[in-house]
Amino acid sequence: MSDFLNICGLQARIDADGTPKDILKGIDLDIPRGEVHAIMGPNGSGKSTLSYVLSGREDYEVTGGSATFKGQDLLALDPEERAALGVFLAFQSPVELPGVNNANFLRTAVNAVRRARGEDELDAISFLKTVRAETKHLSMSDEMLKRAVNVGFSGGEKKRNEVLQMRLLQPSLAILDETDSGLDIDALRIVAEGVNSLRSPDFSALVITHHQRLLDYIVPDRVHVMAKGRIIHSGGPEVAKILEKQGYTQFLEAAA
Amino acid sequence: MSGQSVAGQTSAALDAFVERAAARSTVLAGTGIPTRRVEAWRYTPLRSITEIVWKEAAPLDAASAKNLLDKIAYPANGHLFIFGNGREVTSLSSLPENVLRTDAEAVDPLEDRFSAVLNGALGRDGLSIRVPKNVDAGLLTLATLHQGSAISTHLRHRIVLEEGASLTLFDANVGEGEYLSNPRFDIILAEGARLRHVKHQSEAENAAHLAIINVEVQGNAEYDSFTLNGGGAVARHEVVTTLAAPHALVHVNGVQVVNGTRLNDLTSMIHHAAPDCNSRQTVKTVLSDTAQGVFQGKILVDRVAQKTDGYQMNQALLLSEKAQINSKPELEIYADDVKCSHGATVGALDDEQLFYLRSRGVPEAEARDILVTAFLTDALELVADEALRELLLKGLFS
Ligand SMILES: Nc1ncnc2c1ncn2[C@@H]1O[C@H](COP(=O)(O)OP(=O)(O)OP(=O)(O)O)[C@@H](O)[C@H]1O
Ligand SMILES: [Mg+2]
Repeated sequence: MSDFLNICGLQARIDADGTPKDILKGIDLDIPRGEVHAIMGPNGSGKSTLSYVLSGREDYEVTGGSATFKGQDLLALDPEERAALGVFLAFQSPVELPGVNNANFLRTAVNAVRRARGEDELDAISFLKTVRAETKHLSMSDEMLKRAVNVGFSGGEKKRNEVLQMRLLQPSLAILDETDSGLDIDALRIVAEGVNSLRSPDFSALVITHHQRLLDYIVPDRVHVMAKGRIIHSGGPEVAKILEKQGYTQFLEAAA
Repeated sequence: MSGQSVAGQTSAALDAFVERAAARSTVLAGTGIPTRRVEAWRYTPLRSITEIVWKEAAPLDAASAKNLLDKIAYPANGHLFIFGNGREVTSLSSLPENVLRTDAEAVDPLEDRFSAVLNGALGRDGLSIRVPKNVDAGLLTLATLHQGSAISTHLRHRIVLEEGASLTLFDANVGEGEYLSNPRFDIILAEGARLRHVKHQSEAENAAHLAIINVEVQGNAEYDSFTLNGGGAVARHEVVTTLAAPHALVHVNGVQVVNGTRLNDLTSMIHHAAPDCNSRQTVKTVLSDTAQGVFQGKILVDRVAQKTDGYQMNQALLLSEKAQINSKPELEIYADDVKCSHGATVGALDDEQLFYLRSRGVPEAEARDILVTAFLTDALELVADEALRELLLKGLFS
């Protein structure tokens, strides 16, 4: 058990139009400092739910288990406190914010996190310098900074905007929920590069994906298979290769 | 008037008003303060003003006036004209060059509108000005300030823009204590004139504000108004405007930010009395706690007003389950070749958007303000003067 992210018997449910629906049914997962782990699993197995519960979305009710991060009870913190502590979620479907300018949004977020971490806020000019350097890195046009957050962005542009936010907020735990889906081949490489260049002994990532290809670029330390709200198998990078070839059947059968 | 006398009620307030008005007018004697049975006041009860014996106010000295005004953001440039407790604060007031002060004149009594009736009975001081032909008079801030308890003022302003003249008026309303501010504006815009009327209503939380704005817009002239209704226990901004000749253009836009137990009301009558005119109205209301918002927007299109282009949109954002919006759009159209569209929506903050912002480290209160401001953005963008828009933005959550 590491002192970084430790999830133990985590259970969560959602209120689906009045009837509670159990989604996470006892997740055990340990991600040590500096490691990249991947989660793969069939549609509807609870991967996004896990990422939401870890980042503090209130729709989900935690009914059992625990999650500690850097020694703190993660589940007791507000979403903004988790962000300040270093948790970042790249959304599977990034939310549109009509009427909220993207550059203002990014600066507000960066400064909120800096404030909470006891760092000085960035003034408009140094922020712009930082953000310009990052957009260039991600081959994003500056024009996207002038638009409303994610409004009218293509699928791939939304994902890049997520990676931009991740880079600006400098998390110590990045949860990437299918950040590769919707990306063209070049964008996939750019995004993977954006994650890889953050890799350090103080940066861990949980990469949720359906595709082995992303894991060719971001090579994980561990791969977990999730089904029906549980982790049913864990192993090294070879697990992704087996899944790519043979699908989930053997793991599902072994777990049954 | 009959509608009101039937349903109106007598009260301490009315007695006080009648007594003060007696010397100059008998108009109040037959009337009462409208109850909720009067259609125009159905959603805006005046109960809170009926119990108070409203007195005449003592004038404000310049220092107190300055202190009050500093409570809100107002333009640093242009000219400033101040009324403190209903009297001109001469030492702080000036008018742009070329703007002429004129005598008050008789006005349409608007006797089916209580705010006008009350003002008609008790109105006295005010600013009467004329901007001569083709003069651009720039920016004038008109500050209406109050301080005291159980006082009422009933200012009467008259603003005439001659042909091709223009003026930007920043209409600031702020005060302290318990008072009733009941100003009336009569605005006449001659051919090709343009008035930008940007108002910030930021009255004290125990104050009442009943403003009535009566505007006549001639051909090719433009009345471009925007009101931030954001203060007072009960506050109505009421506009009555007539598009009197072809190609007149009117904007009656606004934002209402209502919290606590307050009630803010934007009521308008846009009367298309000539062909080829254009009216635009976007009103957004944000409500929290047990606040109430009222929007009553009527567009009347006369038979002669062919090719009228009318647009009306009112939207409300409820931040609390106990807040309430009453909106009553009304189209009355007698011409057959017109384009009139209107719409209304009521919604709440989007949880997903809120979570998205918070997951980026933005604290909840700030995230809410961001989303509320975003909701108001397309209305605020209608304030053409960027500097004034910035001033209003500062006043949104203060
Ligand atoms: N708000 C909700 N109401 C009802 N059911 C929900 C809700 N949110 C999630 N679920 C259900 O929970 C289950 C897990 O959903 P989740 O989005 O976590 O799956 P996933 O593993 O991320 O799937 P995918 O690979 O398709 O992204 C699904 O069956 C889904 O329908
Ligand atoms: Mg998912």
